[in-house]
Amino acid sequence: MPPREGTYGLLAEFETPGDLIRAARQARQDGWRRLDCYTPYPVEEAAEAIGFHRNKVPLVTLVGGLMGLAAMFSLETWISVLAFPLNIGGRPTYSWPAFIVPAYEWTILWAGLSAAFGMLALNGLPALYHPLFNAPNFRDGATSDKFFLCLEALDPKFDRVEAKAYLESFQPVSVVEVEY
Amino acid sequence: MATSEVKTNDPMIDPATGEYRVIAQGQTFRSVTEKITRIVLTPHTPLGWFALFGVGGAGATMLLVAVTWLFLKGVGIWAITQPIAWGFAIINFVWWIGIGHAGTLISAILLLFKQSWRNSINRFAEAMTIFAVVCAGMFPLIHVGRPWLGYWLLPYPNTMNVWPQFRSPLLWDVFAVSTYATISVVFWYIGMVPDFGTMRDRSESKLGQYVYGMLSLGWRGSVRHWVRYETASLLLAGLATPLVLSVHTVISFDFAVAVLPGWHTTIFPPYFVAGAIYSGFAMVLTLAIPLRKFYHLEGLVTERHIDNMGKVMLATGFIVGYGYGMEVFMAWYSASHWEAFMMWNRMFGPMGWSYWVLVTCNLFIPLTTLWSRKLRTNIPFMFLLSLIVNTGMWFERFVIVVTSLYRDFLPSSWGTYRATKWDYMTYVGTLGLFTALFLLFVRFLPMIPMSEIRMMLPGAKIQPKKVAEAGD
Repeated sequence: MPPREGTYGLLAEFETPGDLIRAARQARQDGWRRLDCYTPYPVEEAAEAIGFHRNKVPLVTLVGGLMGLAAMFSLETWISVLAFPLNIGGRPTYSWPAFIVPAYEWTILWAGLSAAFGMLALNGLPALYHPLFNAPNFRDGATSDKFFLCLEALDPKFDRVEAKAYLESFQPVSVVEVEY
Repeated sequence: MATSEVKTNDPMIDPATGEYRVIAQGQTFRSVTEKITRIVLTPHTPLGWFALFGVGGAGATMLLVAVTWLFLKGVGIWAITQPIAWGFAIINFVWWIGIGHAGTLISAILLLFKQSWRNSINRFAEAMTIFAVVCAGMFPLIHVGRPWLGYWLLPYPNTMNVWPQFRSPLLWDVFAVSTYATISVVFWYIGMVPDFGTMRDRSESKLGQYVYGMLSLGWRGSVRHWVRYETASLLLAGLATPLVLSVHTVISFDFAVAVLPGWHTTIFPPYFVAGAIYSGFAMVLTLAIPLRKFYHLEGLVTERHIDNMGKVMLATGFIVGYGYGMEVFMAWYSASHWEAFMMWNRMFGPMGWSYWVLVTCNLFIPLTTLWSRKLRTNIPFMFLLSLIVNTGMWFERFVIVVTSLYRDFLPSSWGTYRATKWDYMTYVGTLGLFTALFLLFVRFLPMIPMSEIRMMLPGAKIQPKKVAEAGD
């Protein structure tokens, strides 16, 4: 993506999670869709307030786990039956109960890796640059003790002057404009 | 337990419940962030850290010497021979893996049970897991004789046209332990990503901002990210829980699947898992008690944590005690001559002393004292007790491995076991390596998860608008 220019959005800073949630809920009700909240720890109510209810991480994990299960069980079967059959005390080559343990471990391995990397991928991380880091107060607070609401310029309702006045009606600590 | 046992005017006690507080009063988002990041971001390393690191580093160097000599001479430098082919290497392997299990238990199982008190201790418990697995994983590898061919354990296409044997518990171990190590590292790292974001933003040095910035992957705390992050954490916890139970089960299969008196028993999987958690919590205490003192974290790792860990140890200690009792019972009830002799020999044979060390350290001392809340919140006592249980659990593995093997079916093949200096050097060396790795972790990574602590602070409570205005 070529670097964009101009305004990324307007960033309002709040002192408490309660103020952030009220502002976010109101903005969502007033028709804002391109908006996001930034908090130093998980605030589920804020995600609810901006209408983010479901995520695909569980699905990715399930698919990953099933793939791990299938991969290891078929590998074991192929090796023990076809590639390298060993006669151990006359036991059947397809001795599936013994195959359960590695297949079980690989289910967990693949599911776990899918959950972790799937979560990062869905979040669009790693993304070492983001316009919000240009905001003077963002890095001091967003990962420590402040709560932010960002109205993005891509929203059709966005107008620099009106949006700024709108955000100020929530009585935030500050409203700053974020450049790309 | 009666509340009268403890001082009621202690500010650490919540008057509403009579319990110790999980976090001391008066902590805010900023104070927690300050406290935890300062330990890492300060340019001044405490002298005590260097002293301890010197000791740990010396141990790790000794390990390097022992392993180098082992590679040059072969496993003959150890005391292993017939009939005892599994000596210190397997004892230490099982002991270290067991220690690791408490870390996963704290981070995964207690998360699923919504035990939020765990938030203060889960990060360094997970770190303990990883370093314990590093130490554990080394032992089977150096025990195989030609460790440079260790990759033969993996199924890969090769010119010899040979594939591994999937019916062997030793191969199951490869998958169990490698999965455990991988998932533990991933869980640990994912848990640290938001805190790396905090470190990046608080760091004043260019290098710190660069390194923590890379490690944080650009975390910016969007609530959409947080929701996915929380889902992934819960899923990882849900996956790590059956994993941790399966790992020690698979390790117990190494013994239980063999047809040897003293090993061939169905009680092994649950008894191994409980023992693992027992020793692991002891190790968490061994690490947590000096850490909170040294870094003044008494407000975040409180008496409540020590107390709760004491309770978990009491419960798992009884399961372990049941395991010991059941082994003795089955030796009699099975009516097998070999089983009965093994148990008699284990208790009263020439190496019987090791059995009584184990019973004293694992049952008599902890299970009589841990009932008392006064003792559970007595910090020096708990530290001493954690060392006793760690010793006892090491002897448990010693008893299982050595006393089952040294006098087998045929008296002409009886032997004894006396570890050589190389055995001791390798074992003590891993303790040094563990200490050194743990100290590096404490110095360079946030040892308490800030984002999870913030969730437990009073400021995280969502107030209705009027109250928020009326308050501070």
